[in-house]
Amino acid sequence: MREPITISFSGGSALLLQSNSSRFDEQFQKRIWSLASDLQAAPGFTETVPGMNNILALFNPDEIAPEQARKELTERWAKAQPLPRRGKTVEIPVVYGGQNGEDFKPWARHCGLAPLEAAQRHAAGTYQVAAIGAMPGFPYLSGLDPALAIARRSTPRLAVPVGSVIVGGAQAAVMPQTSPSGWHIIGRTNIALFDPHRDEPSTLAPGDIVRFTIEDVWL
Amino acid sequence: MIEVLTTGAANSIQDLGRNGRFDIGVSRSGAMDRLSLMIGNALLGNELNAAGLEIAIFPFRLRFDQPARFAVTGAEGAVTLAGRPLPPRWAASAAEGETLVIAPPDKGARVYITFAGGIDVEPVLGSRATDLKSGYGGLEGRGLKRGDRLAVSPKPPMRAFGAALDPLAALDFANPLPIRAVPAAEHSVFSADARKLFSRWSWRVTQEADRMGYRLEGPELKLERRLELMSHGILPGTIQVPPSGKPIIQLADANTCGGYPKIATIIEADLWIVGQAGPESRFLFTEVTPDEANAALRRQRLEIDALARTVEVARSLAG
Repeated sequence: MREPITISFSGGSALLLQSNSSRFDEQFQKRIWSLASDLQAAPGFTETVPGMNNILALFNPDEIAPEQARKELTERWAKAQPLPRRGKTVEIPVVYGGQNGEDFKPWARHCGLAPLEAAQRHAAGTYQVAAIGAMPGFPYLSGLDPALAIARRSTPRLAVPVGSVIVGGAQAAVMPQTSPSGWHIIGRTNIALFDPHRDEPSTLAPGDIVRFTIEDVWL
Repeated sequence: MIEVLTTGAANSIQDLGRNGRFDIGVSRSGAMDRLSLMIGNALLGNELNAAGLEIAIFPFRLRFDQPARFAVTGAEGAVTLAGRPLPPRWAASAAEGETLVIAPPDKGARVYITFAGGIDVEPVLGSRATDLKSGYGGLEGRGLKRGDRLAVSPKPPMRAFGAALDPLAALDFANPLPIRAVPAAEHSVFSADARKLFSRWSWRVTQEADRMGYRLEGPELKLERRLELMSHGILPGTIQVPPSGKPIIQLADANTCGGYPKIATIIEADLWIVGQAGPESRFLFTEVTPDEANAALRRQRLEIDALARTVEVARSLAG
């Protein structure tokens, strides 16, 4: 359980701890969650951004010197045990294909599946939120059936609509706002993933389980 | 109230930005030149984080519907109140009905207008900054438009005065602007040539330069080996190098996570220079240590604190 890691500075008051592997590892991610929760109480550390098998830790250099912060982070990582986090389960109803899922059929074809079968396999999966980021409330989901993976588009779309259910590489996600994206749009949901005026603005949190359900499939 | 008479949609309400919610993807936003916003607030005895206007599209005109105190800082150019010219970094009083006009600047890219007491809009996620990309904060999460009315505190007239603190004086936009940066995670994976070029080339800011980020033009920076990175947290100032080899500086409204290799991170104390550098400006990067980065920021804070104290004394002497 001593995966090789690299710790580097992101400017004068942040450290990035990352796995040297380029393959997502669930156990490693559970240690990242554990470290993030541990750092909340660590003197001098102010904020953490858990990513995919990495974490950005912000510190206040008036309270802790950069090299001291690096040492502290290294030691706390060594002690971080996988946090068996299983958050709430959120069901996301999806209308697959049609006008709001323009890549649905080409994606199914790419996977060598009939459209209905592709939708069923996507909805059969159990996904876990690995991290939230990039844009407000955007969930990086692990657990996509490898048979459903597809390389990102060579040219990103300038505006992928809010609610789009998307796949990119080996990852699945839902767009919390209309934004540029190079992922493939396979369907649409009405679930709002982010509202800045709510007490907890993000619907999803790391560790949450996501299940997609089939509301309709446009064949 | 003040009323916006002439503006562009890229002009917005900004403070020092949002902290504490990077973990749910909330960008920092806030002033691109935080130093000038702080100087403007210090001149008025405001909290340094008070919300002001960031003006990047000119000309900009607003009318005071009430007496108020304001300051204009940042980029330098012709500024008039009711037709009377105002010097740079000047705090003054406006009478009811007077119009403030900000012409396109001769030096720098962004002007800040601050008001005694700040602009009164509802904070969202702990800040009044407009996040133009995600559409919240400031005024309805959008840029300013003609006819917008903003609440500022009514203030009796005061004697006008200026700030001796003039960071722009040290900048020569005809030459490459020196920018300090701390080497980042993948710095050592870039080729020796690329690392040399990074700190020796005079990088040109392209037309693709906004609050989200600046694309730079120059030689292609190559990696020693192919890298597959997973999405990770990035901060404003991060210099990413996508497969094109042309660097991108991520700024105030940038995404909170990215996946491109990072060669360096511009230090907080120099980000204001980037904010004042428009397209066609050039940057010369110097590598510094995290300690040097923090020392530079502390010096900057001391200067602002000294200005704020001077203003306080001056105001008490003026009665």
